[in-house]
Amino acid sequence: MIYLDHSATSPVDPKVFKAMEPYFVDSFGNASTLYSLGREARKVMEENRKMVASLIGANPDEIIFTSGGTESDNIAIKGTAYRLKDKGNHIITSNIEHPAVDETCKYLEKKGFNVTYLSAGEDGIVSVSDLQDAITDETILITIMHANNEIGTIQPINEIGEIAREHKIIFHTDAVQSVGKIPVDVNQLNVDMLSLSAHKLYGPKGIGALYVKRGVRLEPILHGGGHEKGIRPGTENVAGIVGLGKACQIAKENLEETEQYVTSIRDEIIEKVLSEVEQSYLNGHSTKRLPNNINFRFKSIEGESLVLHLDAKGIASSTGSACSSKKLEPSHVLLALGLEEVDAHGSLRLTLGKENKKEEIDYIVKSIKDAVETLRKLSPLWCQVEQ
Amino acid sequence: MYSEKVMDHFSNPRNVGEIEEADGIGTVGNPTCGDLMTIYIKVKDNIIEDIKFKTFGCGAAIATSSMVTELAMGKTIEEALEITRNDVANELEGLPPVKMHCSNLAADALHAAIDDYKKKLAEK
Repeated sequence: MIYLDHSATSPVDPKVFKAMEPYFVDSFGNASTLYSLGREARKVMEENRKMVASLIGANPDEIIFTSGGTESDNIAIKGTAYRLKDKGNHIITSNIEHPAVDETCKYLEKKGFNVTYLSAGEDGIVSVSDLQDAITDETILITIMHANNEIGTIQPINEIGEIAREHKIIFHTDAVQSVGKIPVDVNQLNVDMLSLSAHKLYGPKGIGALYVKRGVRLEPILHGGGHEKGIRPGTENVAGIVGLGKACQIAKENLEETEQYVTSIRDEIIEKVLSEVEQSYLNGHSTKRLPNNINFRFKSIEGESLVLHLDAKGIASSTGSACSSKKLEPSHVLLALGLEEVDAHGSLRLTLGKENKKEEIDYIVKSIKDAVETLRKLSPLWCQVEQ
Repeated sequence: MYSEKVMDHFSNPRNVGEIEEADGIGTVGNPTCGDLMTIYIKVKDNIIEDIKFKTFGCGAAIATSSMVTELAMGKTIEEALEITRNDVANELEGLPPVKMHCSNLAADALHAAIDDYKKKLAEK
């Protein structure tokens, strides 16, 4: 199988798995206990907190372990909204956010907050001047993703962060897709909070982190035993934390090399498909995108059929985000780019990883070409285009 | 999520294409929703002697189109009108619930083609 769906999830790196193994059966201690088994768990947890912090240029005490991206986003957004509700009731986000942010903002709207959804342009990038215009005296939080999960576009986070600082507005970014793929430094990005998840960077599912800058206060959305500074109570997932830490360490060591390697595969696939398949297009900005993200659009065919044909050829791909593939509507991200619904249906997302091989490129391109041709022969819309 | 039968009809769709000078043509669906299908029938002595389809849509849309052409081929007009959406889904050993409504339009397309045939017959 050729796995091209790394933005959905990535395989656990064997080195990560090996690092986690001792913390299930042998070193199973509860990190909050006093005896040596518990102290050992606490120690290894703090060592791994450093590794996570190091990948994003944070201090270890600014890292809160969570169960993953969705929980980090919820804690950051609801926690800020509830904490600052007496100061203002306005939140700014974009119309291409992951559901973990989008649905959380919609929930807060029902609870009385006002939310501005900035429109990404045709290239899938949010405009900084639109953001500036949207700020009011009531604005308490800006939450804009670092890199989009469907089209991979990278947002101008450091510029947005500068504006947020000027206005003393809390700024959160969902960096689940970018951490481990491109350099991410919380100080350069000017963010107050940042969400990340282990399973997108060769770590295990069920563990992630929220960076919370020193001095930023949150209202807890979970209540319990006071773990993780009371922001995320619950017995720590020590094995998961070790997995996240190891994944961050490996990502940091190989960041530049992997970025260059994956970018070269990405660009070759894009170039070959666009030149060999007629009426094929790339969704999202051509260069301001993640090194591993390709999102094509093919006229007159439907994405799910294409995914099924590619699966039959041993290629795992997706139509948009895995989260939206159970719904039948076209992705809100593609519609936000201004695409017609019929065209948005014809999209294919390929997200690469470090284990993909250059030798696979020609097979991938040919498989896409063959599948598109097969489906166009079936499509009543394709005849109309030809005529 | 799809049955083997659905995958078989999706991967090897039967009766794909158009019929020139068809006796009836039926189109249902909406490309905006992601599904559009057209069915062509050739009728002789009240029997569907040829049927073909073209479909834009998901795996279920293509498989149901293919299945309905198999079910209707060789049937009388009256028998073909009795083919329902459920018959198509049952013959395919079921469809995912989310696809039952949106993508299971093939029986409607067949009925639309028969209506078109009857209309043309009345005009003759």
